[in-house]
Amino acid sequence: MSTQALTYLFVGLSFALYIGIAIWSRAKSTSDFYIAGKGVNPIANGMATAADWMSAASFISMAGLIAFMGKDGSVYLMGWTGGYVLLALLLAPYLRKFGQFTVPDFIGTRYYSKAARLVAVVCLIFVSFTYVAGQMRGVGIVFSRFLEVDINVGVIIGMAIVFFYAVLGGMKGITYTQVAQYCVLIFAYLVPAIFISILMTGNPVPQLGFGDTLVDSSTYLLDKLDQVTTELGFLAYTESSKSTIDIFCITAALMFGTAGLPHVIVRFFTVPTVQDARKSAGYALIFIALLYTTAPAVGAFARMNFIDSIQDTQYSSSPSWFKNWEGIGLIAWNDKNNDGIIHYSVGNTFEDNRPQFIDATGDHGQRLTSNTSDTSNQNEVYIDKDIMVLANPEIAKLPGWVIALVAAGGLAAALSTAAGLLLVISSSISHDLLKKTFKPNISEKQELFYARCAAAVAIVIAGLFGIFPPGFVAQVVAFAFGLAAATIFPALFLGIFSKSMNKEGAIAGMVTGLVFTSSYIIYYKFLNPAFDNASFWIGSISPEGIGFIGMLMNFFIAIIISRFYPKPPKVVSDMVTLIRQP
Amino acid sequence: MKITPSQSYWKSNLRILMALLAVWFLASFGFGILWSDALDEIQIGGFKLGFWFAQQGSIYIFVLLIFIYIILMNRLDKKYQEEVSQDLDKK
Repeated sequence: MSTQALTYLFVGLSFALYIGIAIWSRAKSTSDFYIAGKGVNPIANGMATAADWMSAASFISMAGLIAFMGKDGSVYLMGWTGGYVLLALLLAPYLRKFGQFTVPDFIGTRYYSKAARLVAVVCLIFVSFTYVAGQMRGVGIVFSRFLEVDINVGVIIGMAIVFFYAVLGGMKGITYTQVAQYCVLIFAYLVPAIFISILMTGNPVPQLGFGDTLVDSSTYLLDKLDQVTTELGFLAYTESSKSTIDIFCITAALMFGTAGLPHVIVRFFTVPTVQDARKSAGYALIFIALLYTTAPAVGAFARMNFIDSIQDTQYSSSPSWFKNWEGIGLIAWNDKNNDGIIHYSVGNTFEDNRPQFIDATGDHGQRLTSNTSDTSNQNEVYIDKDIMVLANPEIAKLPGWVIALVAAGGLAAALSTAAGLLLVISSSISHDLLKKTFKPNISEKQELFYARCAAAVAIVIAGLFGIFPPGFVAQVVAFAFGLAAATIFPALFLGIFSKSMNKEGAIAGMVTGLVFTSSYIIYYKFLNPAFDNASFWIGSISPEGIGFIGMLMNFFIAIIISRFYPKPPKVVSDMVTLIRQP
Repeated sequence: MKITPSQSYWKSNLRILMALLAVWFLASFGFGILWSDALDEIQIGGFKLGFWFAQQGSIYIFVLLIFIYIILMNRLDKKYQEEVSQDLDKK
């Protein structure tokens, strides 16, 4: 069978599985719809949390980013796993004990204030939509490259699948599909990683393989990679280019942001007991670590293979993957010295660095662009970092079924995260906005109906993001984590660990975090992108890391302001006492 | 005033949290970032140690920390339940 036929088969089978599970686990009550009736086994919840968490960004983009960032890529690895320690120790058990449906529920009740609940809802919707937009782009890329359908058709198929199991099954349907999606995605990630590890180092464990020697040589892979990257003019692979303070802040912003992401927190509301909430955080991190410890190995293998297979080869005899990805515009070759040979080194290929393809081909058959060539360096290759994981099996010449498997895995990662996010968006609208704020008299049945409508509307909006991708997706990801760290995390943490924290303090803190973090990011990412480099940043902290400073300011302001206002009422301090007990 | 079981439970809980978070900080921000370059002088197999902590070691330690937390807290929960039932017996 051809690779494409295999891809149709794998993707089709996995979609049939998700639909089957959705029919089997329909939601019958609001409790089923919001939190799966609190009946999920901790191991299953661990898998669901892992699938929920590991998005198209983790599956498709992360290893590629690491491949080109080297040691600087560690911020993602530590940031997106270390947050689980905070979540497990500081938030999950207490929020589970509190036992409501949503994150704004906790903030609204703990700070006895509708205003606090609304601030939380606004942050939550913003953070979640930012994320969803990225997932839909991932779905589009996989469909257009592997199934050769139009990106828009791909997005619509993805929407239809998510629509089916999210609207029908709610949290219950989503949870059990996510368990299946985790299995698909982890298998799809590990199989090619193991193959490539064996091919390159002879070691079947990728985590050990990338610290091993290359096959038929006594040179360590990482030493070789350091040597090759230095020769091409890059910084050595295992050295970092960012300042220590910036790395510190980015890692911290990602960690605290992870712990404050509503779609992850809400997963811990679905298990039966507090003990199960702790346990499922542990399982979730094991399942996540399986991918996150493999990713840096994949990154190192990919960088090595990428350089090996194209450097100084004739374009006419370049590997087919190079031309395939060029075909959909994610690779470009700009023959600066007209010798027909591919030269890859440090520097931008084009002056504005994003290729604008024109409808013409050059002397060697390469696609031409309307960009101005950047003549300050010799680099002729433009590559979109997002494609490394998807291209890796082809670069390493693995069999067609592995490539098909990776396509199904990428879709599983994107769809599972999209579904989880759509659910928190819909529940915050039907539960926090309607039931708890504007229309308290609706019955449970009506609330369930509104929840389904909200999910449907959210899916359509997410789909539109996929079809008309806003150019700023990459920039707003920093926003999502920064805001979660600077607003949601401190409000939750202080709500549990400080009995004297009152609504005035919490709201002042959240607003400070929100305003400070968003102004900094908007200034550097949107208003003045030309200043977005280390020499202009305040205290050399990048917009990616500023959420950490926003969080510290939130804590500081919240604690100061709370001193000037009365303590919270007794009902609230009793509630805090209660959630602190097992 | 006598310390109630829930007060001593909360105190022990905080002590556990502090110890575990200290290790969390050391493994990631310490070995992986602040002292990473210094640790890179040491090479074990193909890995420079600071690089290994940043891309592998810290993640293994995170997993370990959560499981140690689960064990310690389950033990603490049990002790708390016993103390509460003893308190009730006295009354």
